Amino acid sequence: MHAPADDLLPQAFQTWFASRGWAPRAHQLDLLRLTESGHSTLLIAPTGAGKTLAGFLPSLVSLTKRGRTKPGMARRGIHTLYISPLKALAVDIARNLEAPVSEMGLPVTVETRTGDTPAHKRQRQKQAPPDILLTTPEQVALLLSDPAAARMFDNLDTIILDELHALVTSKRGDLLSLGLARLRRIAPGLKAIGLSATVAEPDDLRAYLVAQPAEETRLLAELVKVDGGATPDISILETAERLPWSGHTARYALAGLYRVLKEHRTTLIFVNTRSQAEMLFQELWRINDDNLPIALHHGSLDVGQRRKVEAAMAAGSLRAIVCTSSLDLGIDWGDVDLVVNVGAPKGASRLAQRIGRANHRMDEPSKAILVPANRFEVIECQAALAASKAGAQDTPPLRDGGLDVLAQHVLGMACAAPFFPEELYFEVLSAEPYRRLDRATFDRIVDFVATGGYALKTYERYARLRKAADGSYRISHPRVAQQYRLNVGTIVEAPMLKVRLVRSRAAGRQSPLGRGGRPLGEIEEWFVEQLSLGDTFLFAGEVLRFEGIRENEAYVSRTRSETPQIPSYQGGKFPLSTYLADRVRHMLAEPESWGQLPDQVREWLEIQRHRSKLPTADGLLVETFPRAGKHYMVAYPFDGRLAHQTLGMLLTRRLERAGARPLGFVANDYALAVWGLGDLSAMILQGRLSLDELFDADMLGDDLDAWLASSSLLKRTFRSCAVIAGLIERRHPGKEKTGRQVTVSSDLIYDVLRSHEPDHVLLRATWHDAATGLLDILRLNELLSRTHGRITHTALARVSPLAVPVMLEIGREPVYGEAQEALLAGAADDLIGEAMG
Amino acid sequence: MRLFAATQKSRGFVPVCHDLSIAGTLVGLHDSGAMWLPDEHTLVVADLHLEKASSFARRGVMLPPYDTGATLEKLAEAIDAFEPRRVIALGDSFHDRNGSDRLPAAYRAMLTTLQLGREWIWVTGNHDPIAPVGLCGETVEEVSFAGLAFRHEPRALAEGFAEVAGHLHPAGKVRRYGRSVRRPCFATNGERLVLPAFGVLTGGLNVLDPAWESVFPARRFSAFLLGEGRLYPFTASKLVSD
Repeated sequence: MHAPADDLLPQAFQTWFASRGWAPRAHQLDLLRLTESGHSTLLIAPTGAGKTLAGFLPSLVSLTKRGRTKPGMARRGIHTLYISPLKALAVDIARNLEAPVSEMGLPVTVETRTGDTPAHKRQRQKQAPPDILLTTPEQVALLLSDPAAARMFDNLDTIILDELHALVTSKRGDLLSLGLARLRRIAPGLKAIGLSATVAEPDDLRAYLVAQPAEETRLLAELVKVDGGATPDISILETAERLPWSGHTARYALAGLYRVLKEHRTTLIFVNTRSQAEMLFQELWRINDDNLPIALHHGSLDVGQRRKVEAAMAAGSLRAIVCTSSLDLGIDWGDVDLVVNVGAPKGASRLAQRIGRANHRMDEPSKAILVPANRFEVIECQAALAASKAGAQDTPPLRDGGLDVLAQHVLGMACAAPFFPEELYFEVLSAEPYRRLDRATFDRIVDFVATGGYALKTYERYARLRKAADGSYRISHPRVAQQYRLNVGTIVEAPMLKVRLVRSRAAGRQSPLGRGGRPLGEIEEWFVEQLSLGDTFLFAGEVLRFEGIRENEAYVSRTRSETPQIPSYQGGKFPLSTYLADRVRHMLAEPESWGQLPDQVREWLEIQRHRSKLPTADGLLVETFPRAGKHYMVAYPFDGRLAHQTLGMLLTRRLERAGARPLGFVANDYALAVWGLGDLSAMILQGRLSLDELFDADMLGDDLDAWLASSSLLKRTFRSCAVIAGLIERRHPGKEKTGRQVTVSSDLIYDVLRSHEPDHVLLRATWHDAATGLLDILRLNELLSRTHGRITHTALARVSPLAVPVMLEIGREPVYGEAQEALLAGAADDLIGEAMG
Repeated sequence: MRLFAATQKSRGFVPVCHDLSIAGTLVGLHDSGAMWLPDEHTLVVADLHLEKASSFARRGVMLPPYDTGATLEKLAEAIDAFEPRRVIALGDSFHDRNGSDRLPAAYRAMLTTLQLGREWIWVTGNHDPIAPVGLCGETVEEVSFAGLAFRHEPRALAEGFAEVAGHLHPAGKVRRYGRSVRRPCFATNGERLVLPAFGVLTGGLNVLDPAWESVFPARRFSAFLLGEGRLYPFTASKLVSD
C-alpha cells in the first residue's frame, strides 16, 4: 500500500497539479517516495510519460521543505545536479523548470553551466552556487578537478542522470561514473536518479547508479518502470516499384514517401548517414511541387543553421525534417505525427527510440513507416517489425571502463587535491564500469599520468605528478592543471575542415580564389583528402564543386551540375545488432516465414534456393564462382560491416598463404566477397583449401596481430585514446594555424610505441576499444565459434541471386586488402606504361 | 635504376637504390632517406630531430622516449651499409638547442661510436643553431663538396652552385583506385635536392603545398617516394595535394 499523494506532496504542489487539471502519476510518486527514504532509483519510461518532471519532483519537494536561506545562515552548496548528454537539452530543461518553480513560488534557484556559459558566471557559480545546477558530464569533470570541489558539493543531495541509456555505453559514461564515485565520497548520502528509455539490461543501469562494493556481488538501485503506452503503429512503405538490389538511396520510394509527407502534419525522416540525408533532402525538393517546407538537419551543418531549423520546428512551421542521429536525442517537439526511417533500422531499440520521437503523448500510438533501401533491408525491416511487436530490446551491453578515461580522471583528481593511490583506487572500484579493475593496472595508469609510464624511466625530472614523502601524489606545476582543463572530455572529433563557399574558378582558371565566403559547415578531413580539384559532391543540400584547401578550410563553389561525382556513402556508424541479425538469419532459413515479404523479395529468395542454397540459421553459407577471369568467394554471416571487414582482411591474408592469390574484398552488413586469381572452387573441391581451417578462430591470433601492426583502423583508435589519456593535446581552434605538418603525428607515436613497448597501457586501451569498436573482434569471435564445423560450401558456375547485392558494392565501397607498397608500385608502373606505350 | 645486393658491397658497390645527377654530380638516393655522394664517400642525412620526445616531455607532453634510439639505429644501419668516410647531418639534428645536452649517456656513446674513424659535420639548423654539446664533429652553417652546397634551409642559388638541403620535410602523396598513400620523399629539379627528414618522429610537408613555390617554381620537380627496398619516382604533376 502506498501512502496517498497528500502525505508526500506539499500543499503548493497539490494546488499546482490541480490548477492544471493534472494528478501526479503513480511513477512520479513512487520515485518521490523512494528518494525521500534515501534510495537511488532508476526510472524507465517511454517518452511522453513525464519523466523529467518525475526526476525533478523529489528535489523540488525537498528544497521546498528546506525553505529559503535566511541572512546569517551558513552557506549552502548545490543541492541537485542534473546531467544531460546534450547541452541544448540542459538549456531546454532549465526553461521548462521555470514554469513550475515560478508558478508555485518555490524558494529554488536553477542555473545551467555548459561550455557556452561565460567565465564570470562560472566564477560566480563557484562562489554562490544555485540550488539546482543543470550541466554536462564534461562540466562535472571540470568542477571536480577544482580545488574548491569539496566545498561546492558537500551539501549535494541528489544527482539526476537524463538519457542514461545513451550515456552509459560511451566513454562519456565512463567519465561520468568516475565523477559520480567522487561525488559520493564528497557527499556520502548522495542519491542518484537515472532516467532512461527501455533497455535490454536494466540491471546494468541500476548498478551504474550506486557505489559497488569490492566483491563479486553487484548492488542495484531501486527500479521504477512505466510500461510503454499504446503499441506503435509501424508499417513498411509499400511500393509497386522495383526494389533495388543494393545501394542506400531509396530513390525508388521517393514518390511514395512524398505522398506520405503530404498526408501528415509534421514528419521526422531519419536516415543513417549524413550523405544519405543530403541526398534524400535534395531528391525530395526536386519533386516538391507543393513547396512543402522541408528542412535538413545533421551534425556537420553550421550550428547557426541547425538552430534555425530547430526553431522553425519548435514554431511548427515545418512539414518535414530529414535528419541523422543528430536528432535521436533531445528536445521534445510535440507536433511530430509521423516518423519515417529510411534504410536499415540496425537495431530494435534504436528504432523504438526513434519512433518514440513521434507523438509525445503516451496514450496515443506513435506512427512510423519504414523505407528499406534494398532487398536485404526489406528483410531487416521485417525482422525489426517483428522485434518491435515482441517488445524486444537490443541495446548494447555495458563495457569495461576505458583506461584512457581513467588516466584523464586520475589527472583531474590530482588537480583537485593531492591523492593517496590506495584511497583513489577503491573510490574508482566503486564505479560500476571499473569494478573489475586490478590494482596493478591502476598503478600503471598513475605511472602513465606521472611520467608517461614507459619502461625507460627517463622522464622523472619532467613528471606531471610528484610523490610526496607521505606517499600522496600532487601535480608538479600549476601548468599541469591548465593542460588538464584544455583537454578534458572524451569526445574526440575526427579532424574537421570548415567548408566555405567561394566564387568558382572553373570559368577563368587564372583568377585567384575568392576569400571570405559563407561557411556552410564542417566536413571530415579524410573525405576532403580523397577529392581532386573540380570534383563535385553533396553538402548542405547543394551540389558543390571542390576548389581547394586553404589552411583549415575547404573552399567550394556552387555548381549547376545535378549529379555529384563523388558518392560519399560510408556505411552507417552502427552495425546490424546481434539480435536483429539473428532474426534475419532465421527468416532466411525458414521459407514458411516468407509470407510477409513482398513478392519480388520472395521470388529472389526462391531462385536463390533453387540455384544455390539458403543460409542456415546457425551455420555459414560460402559460395564460390568464377566471373570475368576472376574467382569469387562470398560468405553470408550477417554480422555487420565492421566484423565482416576484419574477417575479410584476415581471410585475404590466409588465402594469400594458401596460394589463392587474392586481390581484394568488399563487405556490407550481411555478406562479404573476396576475389582473386586462384580457382577457389577447384581448390576447395580438390581438398587443397579447407574452409574449416580458413575460417578457424585461430585467425584471431597471429594473423590478427600481424595485420594490426599496420592497420589504419587501429591507428585511428589510438589517436583518440591518446588524446583522451592526455598523451597528445587536442587541437584547439586557432592553434592549428601553425600548420598541420608541425603537429606530432599520432601515427608516428603509435609506430614507435608499438615497436618498443607493445605492452604499454595505452596500447592496451587502444586494443580494448578497437576490439569492441572499429574492428568488432568480439562479434567476429562469436561468428567464428557459432559457425565452426557448420560451413556449407557450394561451387557455382555463376553468381547467385543472394550474392548480387554485395557484388554490386565492388567499386562503390572502398576495396581493402591492397597493400600500400603494391599501390605505389602500380602507380609508378602506370607511368612507365604511359612512357613506353 | 639499379638494386644492389648486399653481397656486392665487398666488390666496391654500395647499396644505393636510385642514381641521380644533381648539376652534373652523381648522387645516390637511399630508401632510408639518406643521400650518398660516391665520389666523396659522404653520407648525408637531414632533420634527425634527436630528443624530440623529451623536448615535448619538458612541457608535460609525455611522448614515448624511444625516438632517439630508433633514429640512431636507423642511422647506424645506413652507416654500416655505406661505410662513409664523411657524414653530414644537414641541420635540425636535435629538436631544440638543449637537445644535445639532454642526450642520455647510452645514446651519446652510440653516437660517438658511429662517429669513430670518420669525419662528421654538423650543419646548424633553425632548431639547433649552436654546436652540439660534448660531441665530436665540426659545426658549420654550410659546407661545399663536389660542386654542391650543403645547407639546412634552401636559399636563392648562386651561379654555378647546386644545393642539397633539408628543413622542409618533403612528403608526396599518390592516389590510385580511390585510395591514397603519403610518404616522405626526396624532391629535386636537377639543381636542388631536398632530403626527407631522417628522424623517426618527424612529420612531412606535402610537396604541393604553396610553401614549396619558392623552392621549386611552377611545380617543375620530381619526387622520389620512400618505399621498402626501393624508391618510387613521380613527376610533380602525378602527385596530389593533401
